[in-house]
Amino acid sequence: MKNIRLTIQLLFTILTNGYLYGFLSGKICQGRSKYACVPGLNCYSCPGAVASCPIGALQALLNQNGFQIPFGVLGFFFLFGSLLGRTVCGWLCPFGLVQDLLHRIPVFQKRKRLPFHRILIYGKYAVLLFLVCIGSMFLFGGFARIPAFCKYLCPSGTLLGALPLLSANGLLRSQIGGLFFWKLGILIVILVLSVKIFRPFCQYLCPLGAIYGWFNRFSLVQIHWEEEACISCGACQKACPVDLSAHEISRSPECIRCGRCVSACPARCLHLKKM
Amino acid sequence: MRFWNHDPSHLWRYGVLAGILCIGIGLMQGDFTVIWQKAVMICLECIGIG
Repeated sequence: MKNIRLTIQLLFTILTNGYLYGFLSGKICQGRSKYACVPGLNCYSCPGAVASCPIGALQALLNQNGFQIPFGVLGFFFLFGSLLGRTVCGWLCPFGLVQDLLHRIPVFQKRKRLPFHRILIYGKYAVLLFLVCIGSMFLFGGFARIPAFCKYLCPSGTLLGALPLLSANGLLRSQIGGLFFWKLGILIVILVLSVKIFRPFCQYLCPLGAIYGWFNRFSLVQIHWEEEACISCGACQKACPVDLSAHEISRSPECIRCGRCVSACPARCLHLKKM
Repeated sequence: MRFWNHDPSHLWRYGVLAGILCIGIGLMQGDFTVIWQKAVMICLECIGIG
């Protein structure tokens, strides 16, 4: 299961960032495929990105003059969320893949959670509300309407967008200022934390994870728990990277459907399958 | 009330339908043009310059 997931993560990342000319030229793809959004957090300013980031797209719609409900992006959220829930995070998100790979580095004693986990998990809902929605429309710069999440926080934009673009584009490199170093600092903190803690950005800050988490309860792809077959050995919770118990796994908004519990269960009472 | 008491194993279908409906409305109100225009220009804010 672990290797299948890694293979799918790698293939999907390559597929959605397959505009290789962009990496060489320091430019970005301008094709019609960018009318559509990818399911995961994948900056549309990544030189390889062939489609749009759903959070960036949501902010672009909220930043428009004259408020209107951003139905187009909400449609993608409903579609991906209802079919996959947070399976998107576990299997299709490029920034999730980066954090997974870093967590495999065998240094530091690994931890599943940060202290104050129960409070910190609400951080992603605060980011969604204040930075992505309200922040984009009102707070920062008065009514200047800037994509506050992308501008001040998004580490995926720095890693997948800024670093490749700046390394290939001298004109952009000459304009680097304090904001870039602020975002680079955030990226470094998250990447270093990822070596010790399982996916800190996904657990505590990702607004996309907050959205897809709402769909986990009824999405098509589920981890099904056969309660009557469970021997309560706790192997699933031990294997779970976000420390969920058997009865929490199937419905929790924190479960990213990585499937480690399914592989670990000696009684085979957990199954990754369609609803 | 009946909707929420409904077997949750079918709720994903309503979600997919809602998604398709929202995408349709988004198409009509020009959302995807706005998204495309933003996505084909280098987003200076995203890369920490703007």
